[in-house]
Amino acid sequence: MRNHRRRGLTALATIASLATVSVLATACGSDDDKDSESDGKVHITVEGWRPGDEQGTIDAVNKQAAAFMKDNPDIIVEPIEWEWNAETFSTQLAGDQLPTTFRVPFTDTKGLAERQQIADVTDYVNELPYAEDFNPSVLAAAQGTDGKIYGLPTDVYGVGLHYSRALFEKAGLDPDQPPTTWDEVREDAQAIAEKTGQAGYVQMTSNNTGGWMLTTLTYALGGRMESEDGATASIDNDATREGLELLHDMKWDDQSMGKNTNFEWGTINEAFAAGKIGMYMSGSDVYNALVTTNQIDPDDYGLAALPLSDSADAGILGGGSVAAVSAKASPEEQEAAVKWNDFYRERKNYDPDAAVADAKVLAESDQPIGTPTLPIFDQETWQAVEDAKAEYVNVPQDQMTSFTEGVFSQTLIPEPASHTQEVYGILDSIVQKVLTDEGADIDALLADGNEQVQALLG
Amino acid sequence: MTAYLARVRGSAATIAFLLPMLLVFGLFSWWPIVRSVVMSMQQTNLVTPAEFVGPDNFRAVLADPLLSTAVQNTIWFAVLALVIGYPVPLMLAVVMSDVRRARGLYSLLAYLPVVIPPAVAVLLWRFFYDAEETGVFNTILGWFGLGPVPWLEDPSWAMPSLVIEATWAAAGGTVIIYLAALVSVPPELYDAAEVDGAGILRKVWHVTVPHLRGVMLITLILQVIGTAQVFLEPYLFTDGGPDNATLTVLLLVYDYAFANTTGGDYGKATALSLMLAATLALLSVAYFRLTRRWSE
Repeated sequence: MRNHRRRGLTALATIASLATVSVLATACGSDDDKDSESDGKVHITVEGWRPGDEQGTIDAVNKQAAAFMKDNPDIIVEPIEWEWNAETFSTQLAGDQLPTTFRVPFTDTKGLAERQQIADVTDYVNELPYAEDFNPSVLAAAQGTDGKIYGLPTDVYGVGLHYSRALFEKAGLDPDQPPTTWDEVREDAQAIAEKTGQAGYVQMTSNNTGGWMLTTLTYALGGRMESEDGATASIDNDATREGLELLHDMKWDDQSMGKNTNFEWGTINEAFAAGKIGMYMSGSDVYNALVTTNQIDPDDYGLAALPLSDSADAGILGGGSVAAVSAKASPEEQEAAVKWNDFYRERKNYDPDAAVADAKVLAESDQPIGTPTLPIFDQETWQAVEDAKAEYVNVPQDQMTSFTEGVFSQTLIPEPASHTQEVYGILDSIVQKVLTDEGADIDALLADGNEQVQALLG
Repeated sequence: MTAYLARVRGSAATIAFLLPMLLVFGLFSWWPIVRSVVMSMQQTNLVTPAEFVGPDNFRAVLADPLLSTAVQNTIWFAVLALVIGYPVPLMLAVVMSDVRRARGLYSLLAYLPVVIPPAVAVLLWRFFYDAEETGVFNTILGWFGLGPVPWLEDPSWAMPSLVIEATWAAAGGTVIIYLAALVSVPPELYDAAEVDGAGILRKVWHVTVPHLRGVMLITLILQVIGTAQVFLEPYLFTDGGPDNATLTVLLLVYDYAFANTTGGDYGKATALSLMLAATLALLSVAYFRLTRRWSE
């Protein structure tokens, strides 16, 4: 009897063990087979919308995907929710959790290419009708140090000064006369803080955005963070010093920067859309996110050209994204991904008909059309595209004229060439120190920062 | 022979029973540990083949000027947590065990924060910690003519702010442990102490604390280990800022591995993790050696 029971238990335990093993094996098994669907079509997942985006955004992408699949019956496109996040990228790639194609910032493309984390798609890009027509300095952002092409450059922006027309009015300022010098920025910020109790001017400080914006301020005042070849650090320069002193005085003397200082791209947008910020610097295309993610009231929004100093070297920081392809994608998937990026992201910047088709889909889903971007090809092409989709424009472009009229006379300066994100990380600390410690020694901070960046650059 | 067979069959059954647990434990606990030991001596981005670099990662970590900042901050967090966070659950438990009515309600209230998902709790507290005069805590302080306090915005205030939230979030669990231990204290000891003229403080000191000594030792070492691995609060509240004032060792590990995609340095991250694990293991052994006598 006892033996029987024991044998029964042993059998039970064995079954339980086997069940566990098989469950584990299934859980740990790869899902490689998802790519080799038996329908003979190429399946790709693509970056569709950001977390928190409204339904209209999702609908618009899905419509575009359906249109694309109609033209390309051998490709199945599945748009998914995704947002570029430097912190999770590598592990998503290693764990097969990335979409087949996604956008990465200009600053990260070269490093990702060097580490073979994104695919070389030179051959597929060269097949596109406009391959020869890219603005070379824009295409350079999508090229690795080996000269190969790792994606299509998109969303090219220049940094602008975004301001709240509502707070300007409340403070007795003319919302049609945004500041054109940094002295005026300071005066207006002070007026907003005094009359409305909200922060007059705020700048991003964390997750490398503090460095991004300090670099922007430095460029606007005529300085640089690195030599052009990225070999020498120049953090310790007069323009950065002037910028930090300006921030220090606005924060501590004028008290026009509010009490909260911990902001990054998403949180500063949120606070601005909620009417808590008078002015801040960000990419010229941020209005799209302010609408689709933060539901800003369009009447409250204004965009001005970034004030530049008299220095001949002064300019605005320009950046953008590269629609790249996962290094783990098969050649067929890579080809399909470039086709999709051509259809969804690039052709509309080149071909006026494609721009109109794109605008129609966006208009149906009530998505913003006409947010300022900068040319990916030449200015003539850009203008033709802008003219073609003019009738669909639904963003308040007359509240952005200061930017759109001023930007083409401003020099566009690319981000630091070498170790960009790490340099931004070091600069984050400097900005944070100045904004949280009234007695911060700016000279010492810059000397120390310069040393750290030089150590990085080698 | 039969006895031998029975023994073999018996141990086979034992192993069969043990196997699922061993597999799960091995796959999800031991295998990652082995992998991280290997990875600490490699340079890898998880895509291209890893390169063996020997002790280079350990050298690089030890030479990083941020390491000493992170260690100091972690110790500061542990000290603050000890001063603020350690006595609070004990006091709560003692007071609650004395309450006659609605004890269940108090237990529920004390334990509630533990049930709230940590990330949600932090987001909530970030809202409370708004540095403007209109922030929740600053409004309350304002009623008493105090503040406003730059909770997370000032390098010297940031860490205490994190500890206050962490204490709120974790105290409930420890309170429950203390409450359970307090049941084992014979009530007649309190009666005897009362007859001897002891007040509440003397009763706590002479009756409660000696009975809770063993539990207190365990919660203390658990707290030290927990605080040495503090990550969630500095990551979600301040991302290590302002100016690295809340950069802890574990956040530094995270930054090595993830903060820069293009420089994702898993080797350095695992090297620092191993050093932290070794330090904590040594600390635990030393602690138990030192206090063995006292706890007997």
